[in-house]
Amino acid sequence: MNDISVFSGPSIEWIAISPVLALLAGALFLLLVGSLTGQWPKRLYALTASATSLVAIGFSIKLWLDVSNDGPKLLIGGSLALDQFALLGTVAICGAVLMVSLITSDYLTRNDAESPEIYALYLTAAIGALIMISSNDLIVLFLGLETLSLSLYLLAASNRQQTSSQEAGLKYFILGGFASAFFLYGVALTYGVTGTTRLIDLNTVLNSYIAVPRNDAILLIGIGMILVGFAFKVSLAPFQMWTPDVYQGSPTPVTAFMASVGKIAALVSLVRVFVVAFPSRSDDWGIVVFVLSALTLVVGSVVAIVQTNIKRMLAYSSISHAGFILVGLEAASHSDSVNSGDGLVAVGVYVVLYAALVVGTFGVVSVVARNTNEDATSLDAFKGLAKNQPLLGLVMTVFLLAQAGMPLTSGFVAKFGVIQSAVGVGSYELAVIAMICAVIAAFVYLRIMVSMWLADPASTDVVVVPMPSRVAIGLAIVVTLGVGFLPSLILDLGANLAQLATK
Amino acid sequence: MIAAASGEVLSFPILSALVILPLIGSIVVALLGKSRPEWIKLGALTSSVTTGALSLWLLGAFKSGEAGFQFVSQHLWISQWGISWHLGVDGISLFLVVLTGILFPLVIVGIDPHHNETSYFAWMLLLQAGVMGSFLALDLFLFFVMFEIVLVPMYFLIGGWGYDQRVYAATKFFLYTMAGSAFMLVGIIATVSLAQRDLGVVTFDLVRIAEGASFSTNAARWLFVSFAIAFAVKVPLFPFHTWLPDAHTQAPTGGSVILAGVLLKMGTYGFLRFGVYLFPEAAMWARPVLFTLAVIGIIYGAIAATMQRDLKRLVAYSSVAHLGFIVLGTFALTSQAVTGAVIQMVSHGVSTGALFLLVGMIYERRHTREIAELRGIQHVAPIFAGVFTVVMLSSVGLPGLNGFVGEFLILIGSFGPARWWTVVATVGVVLAALYLLWAYQRVFHGEPDEANSTFKELTLKEGLLMSVFVAIIVATGIYPKPILDRIEPSVKSFIEHVEGQTK
Repeated sequence: MNDISVFSGPSIEWIAISPVLALLAGALFLLLVGSLTGQWPKRLYALTASATSLVAIGFSIKLWLDVSNDGPKLLIGGSLALDQFALLGTVAICGAVLMVSLITSDYLTRNDAESPEIYALYLTAAIGALIMISSNDLIVLFLGLETLSLSLYLLAASNRQQTSSQEAGLKYFILGGFASAFFLYGVALTYGVTGTTRLIDLNTVLNSYIAVPRNDAILLIGIGMILVGFAFKVSLAPFQMWTPDVYQGSPTPVTAFMASVGKIAALVSLVRVFVVAFPSRSDDWGIVVFVLSALTLVVGSVVAIVQTNIKRMLAYSSISHAGFILVGLEAASHSDSVNSGDGLVAVGVYVVLYAALVVGTFGVVSVVARNTNEDATSLDAFKGLAKNQPLLGLVMTVFLLAQAGMPLTSGFVAKFGVIQSAVGVGSYELAVIAMICAVIAAFVYLRIMVSMWLADPASTDVVVVPMPSRVAIGLAIVVTLGVGFLPSLILDLGANLAQLATK
Repeated sequence: MIAAASGEVLSFPILSALVILPLIGSIVVALLGKSRPEWIKLGALTSSVTTGALSLWLLGAFKSGEAGFQFVSQHLWISQWGISWHLGVDGISLFLVVLTGILFPLVIVGIDPHHNETSYFAWMLLLQAGVMGSFLALDLFLFFVMFEIVLVPMYFLIGGWGYDQRVYAATKFFLYTMAGSAFMLVGIIATVSLAQRDLGVVTFDLVRIAEGASFSTNAARWLFVSFAIAFAVKVPLFPFHTWLPDAHTQAPTGGSVILAGVLLKMGTYGFLRFGVYLFPEAAMWARPVLFTLAVIGIIYGAIAATMQRDLKRLVAYSSVAHLGFIVLGTFALTSQAVTGAVIQMVSHGVSTGALFLLVGMIYERRHTREIAELRGIQHVAPIFAGVFTVVMLSSVGLPGLNGFVGEFLILIGSFGPARWWTVVATVGVVLAALYLLWAYQRVFHGEPDEANSTFKELTLKEGLLMSVFVAIIVATGIYPKPILDRIEPSVKSFIEHVEGQTK
């Protein structure tokens, strides 16, 4: 009976997973050819990685057009979803890889440490991220999560000369392991109750009262553990303790990568799991998400105030951004409201804009910190920056204002969408909490701006911004201001975002 | 595409030009900065004077008998959210627009920033664009964008060119106002979301919502409160006023003039145009509280002003008192009181702006603003003292000068609906005479000591500058009819709208 020859695997839609394949090809090329040949000419590793992600973006655009014509669908026997929500995340992730690779090339060139591994790890991490955001199965999601996480652990520790980088890697590894364990246990419990790990099937099973009672304790514990696992990865309060240490210790471009790709992947897949698999229990997890979101917003904005290191400040700011994104998820949990789809759209839009914003901000930090010692990402490094170099100062100011959510920047569009979705379903309290926290967070950005514009320069050294960083930061600025002035650019994409693949 | 509400089609979008011209000027100045430093002031002047001239032309072309919005310009901006670039001017906003138009060129001509001219003028022009936009916007989203964007240039003006405690004052200003508008943003979104049920579409259009949507009593009250918090901070009403003395004292003279002249009016104007217009019943309901806060502001501001040792702080506290009158008049909601409030907004802008200019001139000459350090200036600079007298008396509200017109109308119009509050407020008029005359006596009378005996008389440039202010003060005071003719029709129809909704 168990003859292997009769086993037939699911058919694989190769075209539909072409972005992943492109990244895989790029990673393998970098690793194989890179290790077999000698040192490549300057910046060629980075350009290969960038080109790879460009190709992946190209494939995603093609798939986007297909999906808008034919509608979303499930792939490979229902384990992956192909819909605009996943594709928007794909574009954001590949765009982040593109920009981070450029910034990294400057960072490594300065330290005389150009090598292919770090770029290959970027690409493998991105593969994991893409799998995560499009997975329609908890086990597949876990595979993506581990691919992403393992690459991130290595990346965090990739600066071998610096002990803080080693420490960051180890800390991240241990806590990340914890998180994965939580997640996996949650998956196991959920499977135990429902007998399936497919998100769609989970929903079907959970909707039938006979199969699973409304208040099944094991199921709720399972869902809770899945949420805790995600909360670690996304660094939601009270599971955020590792974030500032790891962000500070890691090489700055890697921090940019973690804050963008790592966060997007975890957030988008978190939203997908809860909206697709557990809408029938949204009364239970909605309130938890509400609390997590409020707590994360408060912790992220308040604790940031007392920081003196700019990377720690931005770490906390990324925590509060995650809180904002959760506001969108909370809105999506009101599945009885007609506006609950707005929450998904808001999350999708937020994630894309946030990716450009965070990479741009860390890009500036990376070039500014290069002139001083390796640990000099303290706020002092920014003293008088704008007086010496008005343009660089202005660019950083735009990023900071955008993070604070000032109008005419992408940050405002993102926040506006989220708040709108919350108000649309009647979560006024959360909307107000989020806005108040945005004001508190603004104080932190003002502090950085004060030291750039109003403090006297510590030295007259001019910060050199190499071409690749210029391109990356320029791209981020174009997105930030372009979307800020013409939000329609991104909102047009969001029209069908809420249609997730279900069959 | 120009939609004309009053049935006419105008070929030149003058209102858009009023907003965009300073913005372009700002960008040009910022770009010219390095290569052509000698052109900076010329560029700033050209753009602000042209804007001023356009605003005067607008004053001439404005049809005085009409109540509705004129020169309306409407273009779709963000179609997905029903947001449009919708500008219009009526009798309520007309003179604030003109004031913004002429105050900025005067400040740019009259006050030298001493350092970093490029950024000073660029921020100044950006500020003008933002303020213009706030007074002209007829779209809730557009208004919010303008209302909020104003913070950035003002923050940099205070922080970059202010006095010792400038960073503290600038940050306080920014955070207070931003915290206020956080509530307004949630309020705006909720307003639109609730109005959608009546209107059938998502629109941020002020007129459509105010005329077409009806909110439940309870909802309208909450929404009004969310708007009122933002405006109360901006005005500022007691007890939200604490940012104002700091901001005024620390701001450079130009910043103070603009802050008192037009920026604070965004709060009182906002109350009228948005708070009361959208939620008349809720405004009626909240009246007792607002009356009380206004009257407390009048008395408290006057007493605090009496006790100040710093001349600039004294003027700042007098602003708190004056704005109390405006709020009192606004919420009395009789045609006389509201007309008075609108006139008083402009009069206060002119006279307090002029007072700050004069205090700035004193500081330039003596490098102190301590009243105790100044003595007998009348003897050495009689013309200066004469100008100061006129401006001060206008601020006191002497009949025949502009301050009287507004104050008188407010007190007459408020006596009916708010009798006892008005009686108390009248005491404030007496107190204003007390603190200003007393300050005048200490600074200008007596024998000048050594330091004051070399006090320079008004220069020609300063004289010309001040003569504009004096001319407006006297002209408005003696013959206010042309102004009243333009304000009254709009106010009357406004009051009709309010009465129609509250019956």
